[in-house]
Amino acid sequence: MPGPIQSIERAAAVLRLLASGARRMGVGELARALELPKPTVHGILRTLQLVGFVEQSPDTGKYQLGAALFHIGSSYLDGNELRTRALNWSDSLAARSMESVRIGTLHEAQVLVVHHVFRPDNSRQVLEVGALLPAHACAMGKVLLANDPVGHVDDEPLKAFTNATITDLDRLSDALEQVRQRGWASDVEELVEGEVSLAAPIRDRRTVTVGAIGISGPIERLCDADRQPRTELVSYVREAARSISRELGAIPW
Amino acid sequence: MSTYIAAIDQGTTSSRCIVFDHGGGIVSVAQKEHRQIFPKPGWVEHDAEEIWANVLDVVHGALQKASLTVHDLAAVGITNQRETTVVWDKATGVPVHNAIVWQDTRTDQLVKELGEQNQFRDKCGLPLATYFSGPKVRWLLDHVEGLRERAEKGEVLFGTIDTWLIWKLTGRHVTDVTNASRTMLMNLETLDWDDELVDAIGVPRAMLPEIRSSAEVYGHATGTLEGVPVASALGDQQAALFGQTCYSPGEGKCTYGTGSFLLVNTGDKPILSQNGLLTTVGYKIGDQPASYALEGAIAVTGALVQWFRDKMGLISSAPEIETLARSVEDNGGAYFVPAFSGLFAPHWRSDARGVIAGLTGYIDKGHIARAVLEATAWQTREVVDAMNADSGVELTTLKVDGGMTANNLLMGFLADVLDVPVVRPIIAETTCLGAAYAAGLAVGYWSDTESLRENWHKAAEWLPSMDAKTRDKGYRKWKKAVERTVGWIDEDDNDE
Repeated sequence: MPGPIQSIERAAAVLRLLASGARRMGVGELARALELPKPTVHGILRTLQLVGFVEQSPDTGKYQLGAALFHIGSSYLDGNELRTRALNWSDSLAARSMESVRIGTLHEAQVLVVHHVFRPDNSRQVLEVGALLPAHACAMGKVLLANDPVGHVDDEPLKAFTNATITDLDRLSDALEQVRQRGWASDVEELVEGEVSLAAPIRDRRTVTVGAIGISGPIERLCDADRQPRTELVSYVREAARSISRELGAIPW
Repeated sequence: MSTYIAAIDQGTTSSRCIVFDHGGGIVSVAQKEHRQIFPKPGWVEHDAEEIWANVLDVVHGALQKASLTVHDLAAVGITNQRETTVVWDKATGVPVHNAIVWQDTRTDQLVKELGEQNQFRDKCGLPLATYFSGPKVRWLLDHVEGLRERAEKGEVLFGTIDTWLIWKLTGRHVTDVTNASRTMLMNLETLDWDDELVDAIGVPRAMLPEIRSSAEVYGHATGTLEGVPVASALGDQQAALFGQTCYSPGEGKCTYGTGSFLLVNTGDKPILSQNGLLTTVGYKIGDQPASYALEGAIAVTGALVQWFRDKMGLISSAPEIETLARSVEDNGGAYFVPAFSGLFAPHWRSDARGVIAGLTGYIDKGHIARAVLEATAWQTREVVDAMNADSGVELTTLKVDGGMTANNLLMGFLADVLDVPVVRPIIAETTCLGAAYAAGLAVGYWSDTESLRENWHKAAEWLPSMDAKTRDKGYRKWKKAVERTVGWIDEDDNDE
């Protein structure tokens, strides 16, 4: 077995230092604390910045932990916690939209369903918490991919589920750009024939997207005659997302 | 136009206000925690003034979040932690002592002196126990200097939290039948204070509030909520029963909060339990006859998760217990009986204290987290068994609500140990919803209970998947663990 890799050890030490302090740190400070040459620390920081693990303040040039770090490890918002905090608002969304509601988080390029509220018609439905959905083919997945700080879609060929599934990376990239601009996503028969889903991002106090909330149902109910998502339903989904974000301490907007 | 109903939920750990629309949907929520004061082991107090300030804060907070004003409210309803006892000066409005909280066990000795456990059961439906308000008032009268004389002269007033809040809001000294049914001082048949009970427990009649229905306009608010009708009061569990629309005999629900409470509507006659359950008033709408309920109370469920978070420090938020519990396959043989202040239904043993049984070197924090969650399910099983025996009808579905219903592992396990489907309605906040429904009925915002039923929808359902052998073995072990909690408290444990 090969020995430990020095640069990874040093990168870990940098992260640990940044995590321990409440304030941002400069290259000089970090270098002194770690007893390493400044250029070495600078190189490590630049690499960590590239992968999103640290962020540099544009004003002071100092460094802090990056958003991507919050997607891994214990600082990441616990899915069970997200469900608990979202409970009221996901219920309200189901009651207002009369459709089933799901909350999802990104899990290895798929969407992990962490919460599911039945469609409020007392019909027989099965709880789908724990299910995985393909990110590129559902509204929650598009929201999560569009707001992912690491921002990558798997290079694997995208699987087609219906004729409408986006399988081309460039087209997906354009779709995600649109999601970022308008603040919500839709999937119109891209995962299941006849089914539509709508979703919007849930953000925490750092304005990091920690999940997506959405509704899904038949195209006849979710879309108008031109196959466009009904604006009323879109506004319900976005309001629910905003309420949960406020609950998580995001800046009100 | 007034188009919303606000519900104040004054709970054990926090005060909340939820604003509802006509469809029963949540418009906004505000919440504020208050201090838990622990002067001695077993003693729990709240500052009633702090609670009142928080209640005002959350009402205004909830209105503000939805950009509403007081004028947008058709009524405000109140639901509250039950049995918690406040006594205040009638002239100044200042409490004479911190509120004594329902969990507080300081009346342990007093309760023994008052008589045999089931002595007053026929009249008030309750066993003599530390939880109820009557003995708590008596303790204050015995221990606060000069209080008894002042109470007899009518200079101080007693109230449960509903009474305290209505008094602060409207200046009226009233309570509702559900809260009054938790004092041990009310006669279940007459729905009025009972002379024999009041004398036996030793509470001057002059300090007691007037008993009214659960849904009527008690008065209009003054101060910053000027003019809003205060139109309902229900103990938190009765409010949840009402919010779950359990309006027919045989319908019931279990609310999972700090403690957990299973209530089943028994119709217009009180049924006395043979199996350690409480008989209580479910609700009373204006002039209509009261509906009664059987209740199984479990003291420590969510409180155990909070304890695990705050005192053990293995998780930083309550929901994370599910993550930790899922790190293992099962409880590893560990059982946690959280008899922190004795055992409630169906055992009623105030001399019991908590145990973790079945410990071996194999047990890690994940197993303990499982045992913590499973404790809630097993305690529910004991109460359901008692309920089935008393009512003679087997429970076929359990309607659940409360914060812990967000825990999927627990809800699934609950379905497993009860061997019936567990269903959550689309609004888990049934306590607030019940208070809002009652207030809305009182002012004509909703026409009748049938229109409220139409708002009830299933939001989630957990189906049993455990085999009978596993379930039976688990229950057997749980019962053995329970046996190990009783008789822990000795006479001299109460010495100073």
